[in-house]
Amino acid sequence: MWEYTDLVKEHFLNPRNVGEVENASGTGDVGSLACGDALKLTIKVDENGVITDAKFKTFGCASAIASSSALTEMVKGMTLDEAAKITNEDIADFLGGLPKEKMHCSVMGREALEAAIADYRGMALPMAEGEIVCECFGVTDLDIIRAINESNLRSVEEITNFTKAGGGCGKCEDRLREILQQTVSGSTLEWIKPMEKPKKMTTLQKIKKIEEVLEREIRPGLRKDGGDIELLDVDGDFVSVSLRGACKSCSKSQTTIKEYVEKKLRELVLDTLIVEEN
Amino acid sequence: MDLHHDAVIYMDNNATTRIAPEVLEAMMPYLADYYGNPSSMHTFGGQVGQAIARARGQVASLLGAEPEEITFTSCGTESDSTAILSALQTFPEKRHVVTTRVEHPAIKNLCENLDRLTGHKHRVTRLKVAADGTLDLDEYAEALTEDTAIVSVMWANNETGVIFPIEKMARMARERGILFHTDAVQAVGKVPINLKELDIDFLSLSGHKLHAPKGVGVLYVRRGTMFVPFLTGGHQEKGRRGGTENVASIVALGRACDLAAEKMADENTRVKAMRDRLEEGLLAAVPKSMLNGHKTDRLPNTSNISFEFVEGEAILLHMNRYNICASSGSACTSGSLEPSHVLRAMGVPFTAAHGSIRFSLSTYNTEAEVDLVLEKMPGIIESLRQMSPFWKGN
Repeated sequence: MWEYTDLVKEHFLNPRNVGEVENASGTGDVGSLACGDALKLTIKVDENGVITDAKFKTFGCASAIASSSALTEMVKGMTLDEAAKITNEDIADFLGGLPKEKMHCSVMGREALEAAIADYRGMALPMAEGEIVCECFGVTDLDIIRAINESNLRSVEEITNFTKAGGGCGKCEDRLREILQQTVSGSTLEWIKPMEKPKKMTTLQKIKKIEEVLEREIRPGLRKDGGDIELLDVDGDFVSVSLRGACKSCSKSQTTIKEYVEKKLRELVLDTLIVEEN
Repeated sequence: MDLHHDAVIYMDNNATTRIAPEVLEAMMPYLADYYGNPSSMHTFGGQVGQAIARARGQVASLLGAEPEEITFTSCGTESDSTAILSALQTFPEKRHVVTTRVEHPAIKNLCENLDRLTGHKHRVTRLKVAADGTLDLDEYAEALTEDTAIVSVMWANNETGVIFPIEKMARMARERGILFHTDAVQAVGKVPINLKELDIDFLSLSGHKLHAPKGVGVLYVRRGTMFVPFLTGGHQEKGRRGGTENVASIVALGRACDLAAEKMADENTRVKAMRDRLEEGLLAAVPKSMLNGHKTDRLPNTSNISFEFVEGEAILLHMNRYNICASSGSACTSGSLEPSHVLRAMGVPFTAAHGSIRFSLSTYNTEAEVDLVLEKMPGIIESLRQMSPFWKGN
C-alpha cells in the first residue's frame, strides 16, 4: 500500500537503539494507544551538553518505528542546542522521504525530542499552552500553526497529513481552514473542498451577515466620532443604510459610505454588494 | 511483478480471491475469440448472449433464485448503490433508512451521502452491535417505522466474519411492508443461501470474493419488486443496467458459482478446521491476544485476532517478509487515520484495535501454510512488543 524507501524499510526491519537508556538524563513521552502512535525517547547527556546516547520505544507503524530509529541515530553526538534545531523534515529526509500521509510520524519524533530536551532542562513545553482544535487526536492550534509554518503547508489535507488533525470525525475542518487562512494570509491557498455547489446567499443570510459586519467592524469607528449607521433594507445586491448622529450632517458621509462601508461589506459578506444611503 | 501466487501464503481472501483455474479456463475463449457484442444482430455477437444466459442460470442456481431476478453489475459496490437508490426513488416520500454500524464502506459511505445523491434530507438509523459483533433484534424492531424506505444489513461482516440473522430480519421488514437489502458479498459461497425461502428483496454479490475476476458483480432483485436503474444507458440487462456486458467476467462468475456450490461443504469442514487450528494456536501461543467477534455465528474462513500493545501495519510488514498475506484493522492500514469502525463499534479497546489482524482462508490454503503462520507469528509479536513502550513483559 505505502511506497516506502529502502531506508525506511531498513530502519523498520533493523531498528537502531531500541530500548531505554539507564538513568536517562531526559525522557520524552508522546502519543498514546488511542492515537495509534506512541514514542518514548530517552537520552543521556554529558557534562558538556552533548547527547552521548539515545534509545527509543515505539508503538506504531513502519514509518513511526523508522522515524524513531532515524532520530536516535541523528542526535547521538549532537549538542542539545544542535538537536533542538532538528525538524520533522530532517527526520523524513534522513529516511529518504516518507509518504505524505505518514509525515505526522516524523512530527512525533521531533515532539519526543523536544519533550526529552525540555525534561532534561526542567522546563515546561511551549506547546502545552495551545488550545485543542482537533479533539479526536488532541492537536492544538499552536501545533497546527507550527506545522503550517515549518513545513509550508497549504491545504487542510496537508495539515491532516502532518498533524492528524481533521483525520477523525472531521468536525474541526472549518476551524483548520480558518487557522490556515490566518497563518498564511496573503499567499495563494489551495482550497480542496469536496464536490460543493457554490452557495447562493438568501436575503435573510445577507441581512444577518451585514448586521454582523456593521456591528463588529463599522459601528465602533463611527461611534468614536459621534456617529452611527443603521441597516434599512437589502434588495438583491442593494444595501440600503442610514447614517445617524454626527455622520448625518457630515460632508464626508458619501466617502464614508462608499469607501469604508461598501469596501468592508464586499470583503466580508458578498463582493457584489452596492451600498446606498437613504 | 516479482512476487507470484505460488510463493505466497495467501490468507486475505476477504480482501480478494484468486481466480479459480477452472474459472479462468471458462472465461478465456470470451477474451480471445468470442469477443462479439451480445446485442449485435450477427451470429458472431449474438451467440455470446447464450453464454451470458447460461451464466445467469448458474448464479441463480447458487442463490436459489430465478434467472430473471439476476442482474449483472460491475461490482458489489455498484449493486449496493443500485439497490438503495432504487428503493429511495421508488418511495420518495419515505426518508428513513435502517442499517448497521458495521457495514462495508460501500453501504456506510453511501448512507452518509444520501442527501447529496438524492437531493432530499434523509434520516439513517445505524443499529449498534454488542462486544461480540452481534445485533439486537429488539432495537431493530423499534427502528422500523412507516417512514422507512429500506433496510440494509450485511449478511456477514467482512472484518470479523460475524453472521447476522438475515432470515429473521428480512421477515420482520416484510411484515411491515419495508424493502430489505443485504450486502451478501462475503457470505455467498461460504454459507448456503436459498432466496426462494427468504423475504429478501435485494441482494449484492461480488465476483472477486468468489474466485471470479474483479470487475463483475450481481444484484438480485426479487420478482415483482419495483426497480429504478442506477446506470442508465443501453437496454442491456433488460433495461436494468446500461453498458455493454463484461461477457468474459460474467461467464467466469457463472462458472465460479457452480464451483462454489461444489466446494461449500469443504469450506465448512476442512477450511473451517484449518481456521480453528490457526486461531486456537495463535491465541494459545501469544499472551494478551484475543478473538474479535462471535465464536460460532460467523463465516467458516475468517479469524480476527487482536495482539495488544503492538500495531497492525508493523505486524503485517513483518508477516510480509515471510510472504504471509493478511489484513489489519489498525488506523495506519485503514487509509484514514482511525482504526476500523467495525472494531470500534464493538467496543474493542484501543490497546487491541490497532493491533488487530484478520486472517481469511480459502479452499486453496493448506495445513502446511497454517503450520508456518503458527511458527512465525509469536516471534513477530514478541519482537514488536520488545520495542513497545506499553509492553511491560510477561
